Amino acid sequence: MASPLPPLEEHPFLRGLSPEQVKAIACDVREVSFPAGALLLREGDEAHSLFLLRSGRVSLELTVPGQGPRQLESLKAGDILGLSWLFPPYRWHLDARAVEPVEAFALGAACLRGPSPEHPVLEPALAMRLLRQLYERLERVRMQRLDVYEAAR
Amino acid sequence: MMPEPLRVRSLRRETADTFTVSLDVSDRPGGFPFQPGQFNMLYAFGVGEVAISISGDPARPGELLHTIRTVGSVTEALRRVGRGGRMGVRGPYGRPWPLEQARGLDVVVVAGGLGLAPLRSAILHLLRHREAYGRVSVLVGARTPEGLLYRRELDRWRADPRLKVLVTVDQAGPEWKGHVGVVPALLRDVEMEPSRTVALMCGPEVMMRFTVRELERQGVPDSRIHLSLERNMKCAVGFCGHCQLVPLFVCKDGPVLSYDRLRPFINLREV
Repeated sequence: MASPLPPLEEHPFLRGLSPEQVKAIACDVREVSFPAGALLLREGDEAHSLFLLRSGRVSLELTVPGQGPRQLESLKAGDILGLSWLFPPYRWHLDARAVEPVEAFALGAACLRGPSPEHPVLEPALAMRLLRQLYERLERVRMQRLDVYEAAR
Repeated sequence: MMPEPLRVRSLRRETADTFTVSLDVSDRPGGFPFQPGQFNMLYAFGVGEVAISISGDPARPGELLHTIRTVGSVTEALRRVGRGGRMGVRGPYGRPWPLEQARGLDVVVVAGGLGLAPLRSAILHLLRHREAYGRVSVLVGARTPEGLLYRRELDRWRADPRLKVLVTVDQAGPEWKGHVGVVPALLRDVEMEPSRTVALMCGPEVMMRFTVRELERQGVPDSRIHLSLERNMKCAVGFCGHCQLVPLFVCKDGPVLSYDRLRPFINLREV
């Protein structure tokens, strides 16, 4: 029997925050699951949630005309998914597909952005953690972009 | 320094531009003993010589294997030698992977692209002496799924409960069900005690720099991070200076060097 998945406050993205901080960030939270093959995000759809992945694996995909979908990066339990809710027009920029069955927390974007949609204010702890995730992702993209295996020939 | 002509026993295609050649050493008493991580100079007669890591099993010196990527005139000439032909061999040369010092510790093997070739012999050694080591993880990266070396063997290793094998590619279409992303990203899924971990790494230098940074972040000491470097080697014995990295001769002091020795020089733009 599989061991139960850890609760929200133990997700790596939130781990170490005080109960008050977790409550402020996750004021609108749902547990969601997706079967293998399902799309968690579809390019162009409204970006409504920040997903905290709890199990399974997700592939970020971009469909190239005439070539079909290209996988850009894999995300897995412990990662976060979906940042397009941060800025207008709040639309997903990529597809995200469950490669394996996925369990996640979906944090409502409206709540994350704060009470005033015109002047969103992120909880500082949330902002720092998002920055760190973005920076790490930027580092990975830089390395991918260097195409090191081809360059080493 | 004289190359020994050895007959090509077999030649196996690994990827579109990479092949593994098995050389006949049956005439040599004791075969061709070597230590994991060492290399030979392979000579395509009349064309030139090139340094190629030995990728075979160190416990089976009767089989001498090299995995070669065709990137220039010498490697292309080596590929054309074909079964039954001869190529010159001198070696083995260089400092091997520190597998004795790694005994009792967790081991993380990180291979990028053709870098899996010099690590294959280390992995086979670790498997053969598995009880002597802690947790052993093997991380493998390639540009595409088609660029992965030793696909069948990778599948066998993945099914082996004594190893944790993680594979990733930089680019993939929808048919690939494995991980997509850079090798350092796999380190997060490795179970290890950082202060008691030895990392063995070979691949493009940029990949190794990113991976070293991630290992350092996790607390693996520089002295336990070992990189196999590729440089333009000519003599292979520390005379000519072609492979010199400031005070280090990669052919003689390396090709395997610990990061605490390499740190002052590896990022120098002038070398």
